[in-house]
Amino acid sequence: MLFQRKQSALAAVLDGAVAAAPVEGRSPWVDARHRFLRNKAAVASLVILTLITLACIVGPLVLPNAFDGTDWDAMSVAPTLKGGHWFGTDELGRDLLVRSLIGGRISLMVGLMATIASVTIGIVWGATAGFFGGKVDSLMMRLVDMMYAVPYLLIAILMVTLLGREFYLVVLTITVFSWMDMARVVRGQTLSIRSKEFIEAARAIGVPTRQLIFRHVVPNLLGIVVIYTTVTVPGVILTESVLSFLGLGVQEPMTSWGVLIEDGAGVMETTPWILLFPAGLLSLTLYCANYVGDGLRDALDPKDR
Amino acid sequence: MWSYAFRRVLMTIPTLLVVITVCYLMLHATPGGPFDGERKVSEAVLANLQAKYHLDMPLWQQYLYYLKSLLSGDLGASFRYADWSVNDLVAKALPVSATIGGGSLLISLVIGVGLGIVSALRQNSLVDYLVMLIGNIGSAFPSFVIGPVLIMVFAIWLGVAPAGGWNDFDVRYMLLPMALLTFINVSTIGRVMRGSLIEVLNSNFIRTARAKGLPLSTIVFRHALKPALLPVVSVLGPLAISSITAAVVTESVFSIPGIGKLIVNGAANRDYTLVLGLVVLVTVVAVVLNLLVDLAYALLDPKIRY
Repeated sequence: MLFQRKQSALAAVLDGAVAAAPVEGRSPWVDARHRFLRNKAAVASLVILTLITLACIVGPLVLPNAFDGTDWDAMSVAPTLKGGHWFGTDELGRDLLVRSLIGGRISLMVGLMATIASVTIGIVWGATAGFFGGKVDSLMMRLVDMMYAVPYLLIAILMVTLLGREFYLVVLTITVFSWMDMARVVRGQTLSIRSKEFIEAARAIGVPTRQLIFRHVVPNLLGIVVIYTTVTVPGVILTESVLSFLGLGVQEPMTSWGVLIEDGAGVMETTPWILLFPAGLLSLTLYCANYVGDGLRDALDPKDR
Repeated sequence: MWSYAFRRVLMTIPTLLVVITVCYLMLHATPGGPFDGERKVSEAVLANLQAKYHLDMPLWQQYLYYLKSLLSGDLGASFRYADWSVNDLVAKALPVSATIGGGSLLISLVIGVGLGIVSALRQNSLVDYLVMLIGNIGSAFPSFVIGPVLIMVFAIWLGVAPAGGWNDFDVRYMLLPMALLTFINVSTIGRVMRGSLIEVLNSNFIRTARAKGLPLSTIVFRHALKPALLPVVSVLGPLAISSITAAVVTESVFSIPGIGKLIVNGAANRDYTLVLGLVVLVTVVAVVLNLLVDLAYALLDPKIRY
């Protein structure tokens, strides 16, 4: 049966090749995009993520309610289509839709900034270790091993306690504990690319080092960097939410999904929607981010299937 | 084996030293001292106090004193709870956390490995879908979302368990928090066990065992289980670290007076010394757990030699 399937797949490929008569060269990136677009779940997730992001950016500007404004006539109102509070209000009469979107802004923003920072650190750290190898490598990777053995949340709590809860300090705290995966992966990839035959061949025909790095090493790192970046994003957003949930993230009246969930959990007996909307948004975001990551991995790393 | 074990044990020392040093220096760098209260203390008294707690010495000597007291098991005093040392607070909170954390880890090992085996043997069966569902939920929904949902369903709507609190090791109060922790652990263990057992069952030596005509139970339990458990053991290290995170969240969600609640309260009260002491304690626990996992892995897998 497997053989048959292979045969028919082969036939399909041949047909396709015959149909598209003038064969054009396709870069691996175009190939990857095709593979990604064929993955329905990943594309749908990407669309949902984009919609959530757009809503968080545009929503608070368009909607009539302010995120910290109180509606004295509508406190703890259940979600309705009439009256302008689509997600309901919290016990202070603040519109939950706007608060959820503003909270999403903070969560996504922290996620974006901490991801950029930790990805940069991870690439530099991993590439340096992989490029130099030997003593430098083992020393640098020992530090990564150490960081893995440390209960990061507790140190993050200590850092937030000591340093304060400014927005950028929360980003810094999260970054400190999010760069190790990337460093490990980039190091491994650099090590293996360095010893590949095509690098040797390029060197043998006299490709200058600069071109060697940018033309042959970096593109091969890029795929794995993209994949692990998408893995880092949900992890970072989750860490921010945990800190906020524990009351150690951004402070009132500013808010984030973690803060909103914490507020909602306290009053869920009487007003469950205060918990459900932000919790749903956060979970949806994390879920979609995971799917996009999976889709990118399948698209960029075809031999892994 | 022994030389590896020896080197692996030695490796924990720099880890602990780095963490303790960084935390200590961070604490030291924060403004304010332990005696900067509302009420001004007179110069002479302050000098006496500082001499008593070695605060008049240079920083490196204070640091050595701190290390010495840590080695003798003294985690220091609490800023806020005047009559309590960190050790006293830990003595009350640690058994609570250990019961919930350790208990749920044991239960989830049994359930996770069991579900993993069944779903690997019966792919696309009901159990298999259950394992995948748990894995999906566990990876998408954070513990602080699952926790309140558990409370909403089981405590508020069904009323089968208390919504939170801790009644002196009353089993009913342990139900929901332990269910939450077990669920999170099972979502990882079940998925890993399923994947690794499927991989082992497709390998050549299993085919040989089948060809010999061995019964399925012998194949699974005598031949396939041990190599399939290796990835589960190796995931226990990261799992222990993420369990600590989950435990902090769980104790907050269910207001359980464990280490996690203590540390969150300490952070909210800016009780620097309490938080530092607890961080050091939990770091030691985490590093030792990682050490044990690595040693167990080396013991189980004859191929591992560094």
